[in-house]
Amino acid sequence: MTQKKLEKMIDENDVRIDGRKLRELRPTKIEVGVLGNADGSAYIEQGKNKILAAVYGPKEAHPKHLALPDRALLRCRYHMAPFSVQERKSPAPSRRELELSKVIREALEPAIFTEYYPRTSIDLFIEVLQADGGTRCAGITVASVALADAGIPMRDLVTACAAGKVEGRLVLDLNDYEDKGGDADMPLAYMSTASAITLLQMDGNLSGKEFEQVVNLALEGCKQISQIQKEALIVKYVVAKEAETEREAEVGEE
Amino acid sequence: MPVYYERRQLVTPGDLLAENDYFAGENTFKENGKIYATSVGLVNYEEKRVYVLALKSFYVPMVGDTVIGKVEEVTLGGWIIDIKAPHSAMLRASDALERPFKPQRDDLPSLFDVGDMIIAKIVAHDRTRDPLLTILERGLGKITRGQIIEITPTKIPRVIGKQGSMISLLKQLTRCQIAIGQNGRILVNGKTPEDERLAVMAIRKIDQEAHTTGLTDRVTEMLRKEKGEKEVLKNDAKETRKND
Repeated sequence: MTQKKLEKMIDENDVRIDGRKLRELRPTKIEVGVLGNADGSAYIEQGKNKILAAVYGPKEAHPKHLALPDRALLRCRYHMAPFSVQERKSPAPSRRELELSKVIREALEPAIFTEYYPRTSIDLFIEVLQADGGTRCAGITVASVALADAGIPMRDLVTACAAGKVEGRLVLDLNDYEDKGGDADMPLAYMSTASAITLLQMDGNLSGKEFEQVVNLALEGCKQISQIQKEALIVKYVVAKEAETEREAEVGEE
Repeated sequence: MPVYYERRQLVTPGDLLAENDYFAGENTFKENGKIYATSVGLVNYEEKRVYVLALKSFYVPMVGDTVIGKVEEVTLGGWIIDIKAPHSAMLRASDALERPFKPQRDDLPSLFDVGDMIIAKIVAHDRTRDPLLTILERGLGKITRGQIIEITPTKIPRVIGKQGSMISLLKQLTRCQIAIGQNGRILVNGKTPEDERLAVMAIRKIDQEAHTTGLTDRVTEMLRKEKGEKEVLKNDAKETRKND
């Protein structure tokens, strides 16, 4: 919190710095199957965040000694491109990226039926092309769509969203500026069928009551993003269906 | 018996499909009496069973399946075969020779070498063991001619059709021999390149439109039209030659 606040982050009309209301998500768009060479892939734009996810597998685990006898090994790499932030970031995995890779893996693993594919590995790559706060959440969201696109059986889609406190007000889906200048930020990943929270982190300070409110706010955000995930997956196949009916109509006209 | 979707509606992982009185079929799971989808696909309700027809998947080996594989490696006692599954399969020399295998006498690379394509059958596979193949049955063995196309494995049943209706139609209209591997590889063997082209085109169409209805009719129509046009062109050529 050494950064000097340049202006008020929430104005008198409860409008945030990027024009959103307090409990409004950034505009979010998910595209499925964007990479031809991966078994499954997806791309998300959440505000200024731009993130690609790619999935390979299940395939034979290499090196072999890592393979697990009773379930598939899930390997995850969260990586930020050197050009994803204002100051060039070294492309080598940083301590932060290593930690995020771990928490993202642990957030997604409960959703996957890894026990169906013993002695195999599922490799997941999350590539942040442009970052603007909340990339771990957007990364989890897009990765679970990519896993579904790869045809890997899952208990549920995992959805993630952050909520926090900025200038004493509780807000949903913080961007980078609000995250750095705000009082608290809490990323949360959620599976709706089991109503299970698979990731919960927090930095900053919240009172017990605020904590509860922020969790509920983040869950609310997750439910909205979950809809976007489902639509993205369905759209991919509906497009194929519609193209077909159009072609049929044309043939009919002839 | 609450049911939450219409037949053949698109569902995504985690969607609640039905409650209580149903069994959980393919690509679904049951938890606390509720049945959820595990894959993106089309939901289907049978009398007692709910299942999801996955739109994209990978091949999971099953004992008894016929598969088309590629030789990855020749080892001392057999071959390692890539069958497009999470695990590579093993073909032992004793499952490829009709007599006992003797390392001094039998030269394995001269039978199948790296890169060769074979049709084989899975004889054993479970959680602890990689798939084991055999070629000691009719119609199995090395592929010597034809072309191989790859499609999504879940769409193989669509290429075969109800009681083999689609595949027999394809064979009849394109005059090609077609061998189907359950792992999504299809071998097309025609008398002329034109026949093969037609068959490949039809299979590609089935792959793309597997989740739509009335596919058999559309494939028939397309093949007839393509063949018709060829005939017309041939006749036109004859006509012009006559006129000259």
